[in-house]
Amino acid sequence: MRQPEPSADYAAQFAAALLTPERAAPAAVIGPRGNAAARRFNVYRNNVTVSLIESLIAIYPAVQRITGPDFFRAMARAHVRETPPNSPLLFDYGRDFPAFIAAYEHAQAMPFLPDVARLERAWLDAYHAADAAPLDAAALAAVPPERLAELRFAAHPATRIIRSNYAAVTIFSANRSDAPVARIDGSVAEDALITRPADDVVVRRLPPGGADFASRLIAGQPLGAAAGAAFGTAPDFDLATNIAGLIEAGAFTDIRFEDA
Amino acid sequence: MRHDAPPALCPTLPLRFPPPLGGTAGTSFKPAHLPAILAEPPRRGFFEVHAENYMGAGGPPHRQLEAIRKDHPLSIHGVCMSIGGPQPLDRDHLARFRNLVARYQPSLVSEHLAWSTHDTTYFNDLLPLPYTAATLARVCDHIDQVQSAIRRPILLENPSTYVAFRDSTMSETDFLRAIVSRTGCGLLLDVNNVFVSAVNHGFSPQRYLADVPLAAVGEIHLAGHSVQTDDDGAPLLIDSHDGPVADDVWALYAGLIAQHGPVPTLIEWDGNIPDWPVLQAEAAAAQAILDRHAKAPAPEIRHAAA
Amino acid sequence: MSAKKTVTSLALAGAVTTALASLAVAGPLTKAEVDAAVAAKKEKCFGIALKGQNDCAAGPGTTCQGTSTTDFQGNAWKFVAGGTCTSIDVPGGKKGSLKPI
Repeated sequence: MRQPEPSADYAAQFAAALLTPERAAPAAVIGPRGNAAARRFNVYRNNVTVSLIESLIAIYPAVQRITGPDFFRAMARAHVRETPPNSPLLFDYGRDFPAFIAAYEHAQAMPFLPDVARLERAWLDAYHAADAAPLDAAALAAVPPERLAELRFAAHPATRIIRSNYAAVTIFSANRSDAPVARIDGSVAEDALITRPADDVVVRRLPPGGADFASRLIAGQPLGAAAGAAFGTAPDFDLATNIAGLIEAGAFTDIRFEDA
Repeated sequence: MRHDAPPALCPTLPLRFPPPLGGTAGTSFKPAHLPAILAEPPRRGFFEVHAENYMGAGGPPHRQLEAIRKDHPLSIHGVCMSIGGPQPLDRDHLARFRNLVARYQPSLVSEHLAWSTHDTTYFNDLLPLPYTAATLARVCDHIDQVQSAIRRPILLENPSTYVAFRDSTMSETDFLRAIVSRTGCGLLLDVNNVFVSAVNHGFSPQRYLADVPLAAVGEIHLAGHSVQTDDDGAPLLIDSHDGPVADDVWALYAGLIAQHGPVPTLIEWDGNIPDWPVLQAEAAAAQAILDRHAKAPAPEIRHAAA
Repeated sequence: MSAKKTVTSLALAGAVTTALASLAVAGPLTKAEVDAAVAAKKEKCFGIALKGQNDCAAGPGTTCQGTSTTDFQGNAWKFVAGGTCTSIDVPGGKKGSLKPI
């Protein structure tokens, strides 16, 4: 049996106090000449908390601009304490932040905010997604007409759909730059298609039925079924425009048949 | 039909063998500087990146790093391996690190004497550890694992610290020397960290530099720090990397190079990032010190591994 | 299968042909047909591509430095909103106005 090491719990002691400002600094930690080191320990608390708040600012710049920096920092600080990262890849952090915002008491006057956050999270996922050549439209031209109904599409790794009951795309777009923001009617429902055909992430506002159609194709449903469902959802769904738009956006990488 | 050029699925770079850095100065690579860097002809010097920021599957970060690596030597600096932590290394993270090193073939690879993950929580800070026989054994074990994974030695960076541990039984320099001799790793000597820790803990930075195994030093870091106060009102330096290198640190650095000879030297600047010419000027100041102490202008060594 | 959810092969083929034409992929169409398809597609715009507004948003990076900003203890009652939320109208007439607790 190995003896427990006297110092083996240094990380546990440190970790327990890092995100809990009310807790005392670990007893094992000292300043020069063995003095108390509460203020010194706070440097680490501060480094952890501030760097993670700043990570959320970097992932959610539009949310920050909408709320203003002080509100954002307070909201982000609460989230960081409740849900610190569980991976060293910070571009993966903040996946729970949109849900946190939705439940955050002080953000209830901004019901569009969680959807704007989802859009920003999807933007960063698209930015880091694997590289892949978008589908060449000529491949579609080679499909025999009678087999189109059973055609399936492979989504590009960057492709994302975000649906909102609010004007999430307009609000996102107006707040991802420093340009002045005009009045926005936030109550208009908007759906977004996010793609990255080459190196630029592109966000598009989808026409009626478009999100339903694209989501079904991304999920691997055949073209005939996806089109039928989209017509069912939105009577003014325009199939040709949606097919062309998705291909032009680089939403797919490949096509195949059901039995392929 | 018009298409954007499809990105390469698995980019194959015409990478030369990682060039030895010799006595050159480099800077942190910040994507905001890329247009300015590419607008100039390739210059002497190298760039360093944090490994974790290039562990995404694809996208612009890799295009940027490919553009840098094409014309400049690269140093890959790991921040999150948690080598100094009590728990086993994250095998997934180790695999990502290995893949990144294999893909970009950097001239230098480094990590930190620190920990950043406990259980499953990643704290995004370089946290300190006590220096004891037990922590020494574990750190050496972790370094062995990293070096086996990437099939080359790493440089281990000395930390800047704000607290000490009651349990420590060794000095930091004794700890580092033991690591070097047991694992065969080299050291990344951060002179600003030496100065920050010296002020924070009340030891002599010159003494530290005299004790550290200089022969193992394969890279030097320089950075700015900021000044706060501790529990007793004494100065407490924060390793903030958000400004120019302090005069005291330049003096330590110049003395070290004069005594030891040129070592690849990096200017780190991670917060309040200045325009490229400002960062470049800081590197030029380090280069001037390196050049002053260069041995004879020997022909470039072409085949030495970094 | 409901009638509403049935899309005939003919309708699919027509839509794909129109789509390909608007993407300027060569198909069995006359120039007039291509022009008509392109015009129709322009009218029913698929969605405005929003790009170029994201230059500074490349996401977070790791740090190996301490921070000189002190902000680990903030309390919820200290903040008031100051963002663009006040120019976004939502039902209920709150106009996104924020109040300190």
